[in-house]
Amino acid sequence: MPKMNLSHFEAAFLFSLFTSVVLGVVTKTNDRDRLHYGAYTFGCFLVALFGIGWVMYLGHG
Amino acid sequence: MAKEKEEKRPMAPISAWAPAVALGWLIPGGGHLLLKRTGRGVLLMVSVTSMFLCGLMMRGAMFQPQSGDLLTTLINTGGFIGDVCSGILYLLSVWLGYNTPDMAGHVHDYGTKFLVTAGLLNVLAMVDAFEIAAGRKD
Repeated sequence: MPKMNLSHFEAAFLFSLFTSVVLGVVTKTNDRDRLHYGAYTFGCFLVALFGIGWVMYLGHG
Repeated sequence: MAKEKEEKRPMAPISAWAPAVALGWLIPGGGHLLLKRTGRGVLLMVSVTSMFLCGLMMRGAMFQPQSGDLLTTLINTGGFIGDVCSGILYLLSVWLGYNTPDMAGHVHDYGTKFLVTAGLLNVLAMVDAFEIAAGRKD
């Protein structure tokens, strides 16, 4: 099994991607809503990722 | 009013949904494939399997149930249940001897979370398969 060495950002990006796909698929009742919800959750993940990243960066001074 | 209707709805017979839920546990997305939701089944299969494989390649640790203080029990037992929910992916990796100890480092830590989350996402897929098989959802 090959080994993966990812940065925090890459790992969190992959996590967001896979989770958003599943949330989009299982949550809504038609394909259009599923696509929108998947994109929305992925966007929320990314906003939280960058937001919390900046908070930690600024918090460290 | 809607809640009353929800409560009065009879439970579908177990034979209607158990095969889809069981196959959904064993093979991520398998429940949807059994119910002829091919596109969604493939998406679920690819997402859950990719997440689990990423966890393995990051050398994440598998949880083992442990007793002790409440937090230790919760984390280890909950993590173990999350791992097991990945079905054949978990069983194969254990049978093939995957046994990485819990190591320090952010990559291993992410890997452990990827492995557990793959199982938890599969639980969502199983619930969705149940709702489709029971006629609660298209």
